[in-house]
Amino acid sequence: MSQLTAVMQDAPPDFDDVLRQVHALGRDVLAIHAGDVDRDARFPAASIAALKEAKLLSAYVPREYGGMGLDIVQIARICEGLGQYCGSSAMIYAMHCIQVACVVHHGQQSAYFRDYLRQLVDEQRLMASATTEIGTGGDLRSSICAVEVQGDTFSLTKKAPVISYGEYSDEILVTCRRSPEAPANEQVQVMIRRGEYEAVPLSNWDTLGFRGTCSSGFTVTAHGHTDQILPTGFDEILSQTMHPYSHLVWGALWSGIAADAVNRARAFVRQEARKTPGVLPPGASRLADVNQLLQEMRHNVYSLAREYLALLTSECPEAFNGFGFSIRTNNLKLSCSKRIVDVVSETMLICGISGYRNDSKFSLSRQLRDAYGAAIMVNNDRISKLNATMLLAHKEEY
Amino acid sequence: MNATSNSTGTPQVETQAIRDIIIQHGRLPGGGAHLTDETDLYGAGLTSLATVGVMLALEEHFDIEFPESKLNRATFRSVSALATLITELVG
Repeated sequence: MSQLTAVMQDAPPDFDDVLRQVHALGRDVLAIHAGDVDRDARFPAASIAALKEAKLLSAYVPREYGGMGLDIVQIARICEGLGQYCGSSAMIYAMHCIQVACVVHHGQQSAYFRDYLRQLVDEQRLMASATTEIGTGGDLRSSICAVEVQGDTFSLTKKAPVISYGEYSDEILVTCRRSPEAPANEQVQVMIRRGEYEAVPLSNWDTLGFRGTCSSGFTVTAHGHTDQILPTGFDEILSQTMHPYSHLVWGALWSGIAADAVNRARAFVRQEARKTPGVLPPGASRLADVNQLLQEMRHNVYSLAREYLALLTSECPEAFNGFGFSIRTNNLKLSCSKRIVDVVSETMLICGISGYRNDSKFSLSRQLRDAYGAAIMVNNDRISKLNATMLLAHKEEY
Repeated sequence: MNATSNSTGTPQVETQAIRDIIIQHGRLPGGGAHLTDETDLYGAGLTSLATVGVMLALEEHFDIEFPESKLNRATFRSVSALATLITELVG
């Protein structure tokens, strides 16, 4: 092999190429099935298969394990891209990336998880999460269930009100107390593996939007090797990874859904404009307004994404100890989840009956229904109260 | 009320009041009845969100205001760490 070939094989993927591929997949696969996935609340199997074929499930895995080694800004761009074609597929992909990030940020000191990352790349394994629990509301920092360790094996039972795409995943990261004697807020994450757990359905998933995420509830009973318990405590994983990463990829995919709605509104206005060249059609000013809202939303996402990337590359975990970054992350979620509804509502006004119909090429039904999920996936009221508490002890320096 | 002096002769604030406030507002699993002056509060289950309530109650009780620079983990690490800072702010 020549030196040049060796260098080129080591070269990171061209991100513009990756993004082009994402949009091609979006147009050719995700968009085709998005309507069915939504109507039937079914798992977007073909779409996820296409993502696997493109090796996108290992996009965040470092290149030393065979992954693409992309960063959070790039992952956010991919989520935004996918969101333009199918909100449910984008949400599944985003949630998978959050779990991958937990392992990448906090599991690499373990030989077990290093091997797992290689397996994830080779087999394009899909990761899900069982973070919430029946009995604790939406409080992620409190668990009732606990992992029980005997020697080098563990057993674990959890009643999870939602496990998004749980039935279709290969591994699930389960949050629980460190031991039966541990207090509620002393938590760990355990990776349970397909074939090593039983899941009894507790509740269905028939919702207004994000219908294809199949977020049914389950009682999960699992066993495995203690190597499957992530070495870092969950409080660190949450503040350094799960919290910021989640809100960023969600904000990005919500921006994608909003962008899709704005694109439809633009296409509609353009169609009207052709009938009266030189005279702006009725929806044109509203289109300008909604385009401005979309820009605010997107800039908010990428501004925080760049801040988070800088924190990660600075390798200063103490930066996550203060309240400031947490408040700003929460603000991103609050802002994007309100803006997505604003944007899609405006596009409905622009497109009128064409947007209101389910069977028109300008239909905004799915986008509107997905949009309303944003404010309640962790309820905004809960997040606002957290920020209100933190603001009593934190003053931002501007 | 007992007031012991530190090396500079300034009376140290009463740590029982601090302990009582932590028990009332610290939301420690197990309550906090067995806290000593040196117990690691984070190890005892104090979360950063709970420190906000403790901070406000301490400010109210001692009629002080914690400066921004002192709102960090080191300040809330133990009853004794809090007592040192509060003594400074009261004096």
